[in-house]
Amino acid sequence: MEGLKRGAAAIIGVAESDLGAVAKDMSAIDLMAQGVQRALADCGLRLRDVDGLLCATAQSRTSGLSLAEYLGISPAFIDSTILGGASFMFHVAHAQAALQLGLCKIAVIAYGSTQRTIGRRHASVREYNPYETPFRPFLPSTAYALAASRHMHEFGTTREQLADVAVAAREWALLNPVAWEKKPLTIEEVLSARMVSYPFTVRDCCLITDGGGAVVMTSAERARSLNKPPIYVLGCGQAITHANISSMPDLTVTGALTSGRAAYDMARLGPGNIDILELYDAFTINTILFLEDLGFCRKGEGGAFVSNGHIAPGGGLPVNTNGGGLSYCHPGMYGLFLLIEAARQLRRECGARQVADCETAIAHGNGGVLSSQSTVILGTEATI
Amino acid sequence: MEQITGSPLAIYQAHLERGELAYQWSPEADRAVFYPRVICPFTGSGKLEWRVSAGLGTVYATTVTHPREGAPYNVALIDCDEGFRLMSRVEGVAPEAVRIGMRVRFRIHRPDAGEPPYPVFVPAETA
Repeated sequence: MEGLKRGAAAIIGVAESDLGAVAKDMSAIDLMAQGVQRALADCGLRLRDVDGLLCATAQSRTSGLSLAEYLGISPAFIDSTILGGASFMFHVAHAQAALQLGLCKIAVIAYGSTQRTIGRRHASVREYNPYETPFRPFLPSTAYALAASRHMHEFGTTREQLADVAVAAREWALLNPVAWEKKPLTIEEVLSARMVSYPFTVRDCCLITDGGGAVVMTSAERARSLNKPPIYVLGCGQAITHANISSMPDLTVTGALTSGRAAYDMARLGPGNIDILELYDAFTINTILFLEDLGFCRKGEGGAFVSNGHIAPGGGLPVNTNGGGLSYCHPGMYGLFLLIEAARQLRRECGARQVADCETAIAHGNGGVLSSQSTVILGTEATI
Repeated sequence: MEQITGSPLAIYQAHLERGELAYQWSPEADRAVFYPRVICPFTGSGKLEWRVSAGLGTVYATTVTHPREGAPYNVALIDCDEGFRLMSRVEGVAPEAVRIGMRVRFRIHRPDAGEPPYPVFVPAETA
């Protein structure tokens, strides 16, 4: 991302709102506001300090207006870019640009969703596509299943390897007190669960929960005077390859290849320098695709890479340390939670699931049906 | 500037009504364009010709979607020989018997009254 400067901005506050199944009649904006309040408390700032507001939710067409009204603020900088679950990684880049240009001094990125309480059909209304809808794809699952079919065909990836991803996520979730799933999971249980869209059973698919949260950002200078150690934005990259799965150029290669390269370039780092990975695991194939496209293994070797607990607690590479969208929380547009977990790991606030000696993290967002990809590389003071 | 009198979708569907699978050809890009549009995504030009596909293609990706109620069904991406890809389904075989690389042939599907026809495929050797 030319123009964005490595380490010029930092994440200074993070928080989740209520998660899981929230109280009846809570709105998406209620959850955003709760997240904002908690994230500001995390860094010791007040609502009146906020002059930059970024947000997205599937439940409000003009969420920037709704949230600003709700909070009683009139932000100098506002952005409600919505590109699916990766929206919040795009927001990080936009917030950094605004901070560098002096368009605002304290930027808050917020998300909220009550899709579990109100039902997915109401939370995220599907647009009619005359070239796809007649074939009744169950979206997004069918689209990701098509990508998985292609990966299995070209590289011999197996359902057991996909299940390894779900099992690793569950093992991490068991270490996270706020994760939705509380019971252990085996490969056999993944394979024998209810089929959704072959090769995916319901255990290959992300959860359907409520949830929200917020991330507070400011300039590196300001960040050093606040409560918590700053977590610097070292790199950002993004790529859009399509909107609908029938227009994805190659179902085995995602835009993460491009977004990752851009983020590595800006951060002046490579995959070998990254300590922990938070990858948007809407489906088990995602983790495999992103490990390949972000350079942690070669194309086609992702299935073997995730086998034998390699990305589980105690494995070779810590991936999705909160339990992921598969076992921790997935309110529909999950990207914000990857940023929250990455920042908390780098601050060493993660209790039983804390990864020792981590200084750098990737939070990689995915949106639509592998459509939008955005990579954010974060680092501690030691990386500056 | 002349106003468009027939939308890309309307022209596509008029072909389907006649039992034809139509696509666009961009002479400047020298390649097929699908889904139909008002400009070519490879050149930005408005110059697009309509062509009718020979209806032969290869399965690029396939899945069997299992609804909570009702029978599982196939959803596939088909690469047509003219160089465009579309979502469809393969009929005439069990949904799980559809294989990547399988040669398939276009067949028009006419749903109940009120719904426009759409393209489905069957294994090429049985067509």
